[in-house]
Parts: sequence; C-alpha cells; structure tokens
Amino acid sequence: MNFRWEWEVFLRDTGGGQTYLEWLMSAWGWTLSVAACAWVVAFVLGSVVGTLRTTPSPWLVRIGNAWVELFRNIPLLVQLFLWYHVVPAIFPILKNVPSFVLVVLALGFFTSARVAEQVRAGIQSLSKGQRSAGLAVGLTLPQTYFYVLLPMAFRIVIPPLTSEAMNIIKNSSVAFAVSVAELTMFAMQAQEETSRGIEVYLAVTSLYMITAMTINRVMAFVEARVRVPGMIGGDR
Amino acid sequence: MGNLDLSFFTWDLVSKFLVKGFVFSVELTLVAMIGGICLGTVLALMRLSSYKWLIYPAAVYVNTMRSIPLVMVILWFFLLIPFLTGRPLGAEWSAVITFTAFEAAYYSEIMRAGIQSVSRGQVGAGFALGLTYGQNMRLVVLPQAFRNMLPVLLTQTIILFQDTSLVYAIGAYDLLKGFETAGKNFNRPVEAFLLAAIVYFVICFSLSSVVKKLQAKIAIIR
Repeated sequence: MNFRWEWEVFLRDTGGGQTYLEWLMSAWGWTLSVAACAWVVAFVLGSVVGTLRTTPSPWLVRIGNAWVELFRNIPLLVQLFLWYHVVPAIFPILKNVPSFVLVVLALGFFTSARVAEQVRAGIQSLSKGQRSAGLAVGLTLPQTYFYVLLPMAFRIVIPPLTSEAMNIIKNSSVAFAVSVAELTMFAMQAQEETSRGIEVYLAVTSLYMITAMTINRVMAFVEARVRVPGMIGGDR
Repeated sequence: MGNLDLSFFTWDLVSKFLVKGFVFSVELTLVAMIGGICLGTVLALMRLSSYKWLIYPAAVYVNTMRSIPLVMVILWFFLLIPFLTGRPLGAEWSAVITFTAFEAAYYSEIMRAGIQSVSRGQVGAGFALGLTYGQNMRLVVLPQAFRNMLPVLLTQTIILFQDTSLVYAIGAYDLLKGFETAGKNFNRPVEAFLLAAIVYFVICFSLSSVVKKLQAKIAIIR
C-alpha cells in the first residue's frame, strides 16, 4: 500500500471561486446553525411536552405521551423525508420553504421527544411535597410550575440534556439527505470531486469531535454553576 | 390531503420492492445486534480489567465511535474497507461490518454498566470457590449482567433498527430504500414515505411495548 498524504487538497479551488478549506468552514457553519436552531425548537417543545406529562390532567398526559411515542418510534431520516415530501403536500404553505428550515423542524421535533422524556423525569424526581407546598400557599397550578417545580427541575435536568445537545450535533448529519450543505454533505461531495476521501473525512470527523467536545466543556461549566446543593443530579 | 391515493399499494409492489429491503433491514439489525453484543462484551471486559494496555485501546475505541455521527462512520468504512483490502465490497456487506463495529461501542457501555451492577460478593464468591477468571465471568457474572441489562440491550436494538435506515448514505437497499424506490417508480413519493413512516412506527412501537412489559417482569424478580 503506498498512500501519501495530500493535505494540499484543501487549498484547491472547488471551481466556484472558493477553496475546499473555505467550503469546509462554511459547511461547519451550516452544521452548527442546523444544530443550534433545532436545539431551540427541541428545547422549547420538549419542555412544554415534558411538563404536560406531569400535570394532573389525564388528557394532557395522554397528548404528551402520544407526542413522545410518535417522534421516538420513527427513524430520524424517515421523519426528515416526511417533512420534506409529505408535510408540504398536506400544508401547501410549506411548499417553498428552504430545506434548512425543514431539517431544523425535523431534527427539532425528533429531539423534542427526548428532551420531553428528560424534563418529565426531572419534574417527577422532585419530592411530592414541593408541589403540595406550592399549592398549599395558594399558588395556582401554573404558578406552582413556574415558581417552584420548573426552576428546580431544569437545574436537575441539565446533565442529561448535555448528552442530547451532543446528540443533536451528530444527528444533524442526516441533513445531507435533503442537500443542506453541512459537514456530511461536504464530506460526500468533496470526496467525490477530489478523490482524497481520507483527508476530507479526517477533517470533517475532527470538526465533529471538536464541536462535541466544546459543548461538553461548556455544559460542564454550566452544570457546575447550577448544581443543586445536596443533590447528586437528576440522572434519570 | 384530498389527493392521497393509496391504490398503487398492491401486493405486487410489496413483494417487488419492500420484501427485499425489509429482509435486509432485519438481517442487518440481527447480525449487528449479535456481533455488537459479543464484541461489546469483550470491550467492556477490557475496560474493566486491571491492565492499562487493555483499558486504553478499548476506551479510545468506544469513545471515538460514540463521538462521531453514524453517517460518517458508515462513509468511513465504505471508503476504508476497499482501500485496505484492495477490492470493492458491496454497500450491503459494508453496512453489516460498519453497524457491528459501531454498535459494539454502544453495547459495550451497556454491558459495562451491567457487569458493574453485579455485586462484588458474587465475584468474590466465584473466586473463593476456585473458579478461574474465565469461568467466573462465563458462569457467574455475565449471565447476571446480561439479565439485568436485557431491557436496555433490547431498547438499543430498537434504536439500531431505526438507525439502519441511514445506510441510505451509501445506497444499500434497505426497507426505506424499498419504499423510496416504489414511490419513485409509481410517482407517488408522498404516499410511499407516509407508509414508510407508519411501518417503522408500528414495528418500533410494538417492540418497545414488549420491552416495557419485559422490564416490569424483570423488576419484579429482582
């Protein structure tokens, strides 16, 4: 086997007036923006659904459970195709929406089910006395959630959410299937165009790892700041 | 929604496009599960051993696999296997190898937790009876670890089944590809993907209900 490294490949012109290095960096940017936007969607929806599943109303609980089961039991790639092919057929307004938005929605809804699961577990890990105490001092149920339960639950739920945040970076790679110019798409296309697959894949893989590592460190810092004294942390 | 037409969905289509893909998805899942659990158990034992030269390689392998997106791992193997062996390997075989190697990392974390969940007294008792390390693991520790972790291992297998759809990246013919091809041939992509989602949902939902029941049963025994 006579393999020679050819890292100069990244300085080559793509034919579109930019080098492969510039393309790689912009692809990294797309990966980060897909993941960040999807995380916002997932966090908001997941928090709402997770909270619904702990309310006393059986209907809200059922809706929350159905949501989680629906988005957990269909592969992400299939969900992405649903957003891409099926949803616009049902809601014609979505016909001209760019792929980026559809990927964000698909990834966001998919991850929301996982976030909901963690938030629910976080709320249920609080002692029953907290809820009763809130209601007993005359707070309404929504007030009890806002001022008593949720502030505690979110502090407990941060460690499991860290791994979801790292998962969302990895899962954003499915965006290649609808041609969003993120890292995996770059890897496939640059490999085809340059035939320097090993260099291209190594660069892309290290960027994924650097990103995951950074999130891990940032979240570890946040975790340390918000840790609830006297609790080990709500692992499940 | 009014023009949803499922009339194209006939038995002929199922046997022509879907059966082949479904069989491959199931085969891939089963092979990667069995291979992944075996390899994962070895990795777990390496990480729990007291030799640094066993711990580090296993830890590096597991952590690397777990920090790379599966699609990238699929692409890596698809590129590297022909590069190293010198001859091209079909997308299907490449997928089988990739998933076994990739899932081993995830299964090994589960097995590690499982082995650690067996009380120390059990290990000590085994050694006290004069069992060798191999016998102790095979007869005392692993059976218990395996049973404690059975629901988690099965849940991971459901995730694995969902993940097999990612072989789309290298064009292997799995269940999703079957639906896609059928949709293309009949010019009915909307219905095809909708049906794909329903089929995956029914399979995964029923499997996870079974796992839930099993979990309740095991919890009682313990």
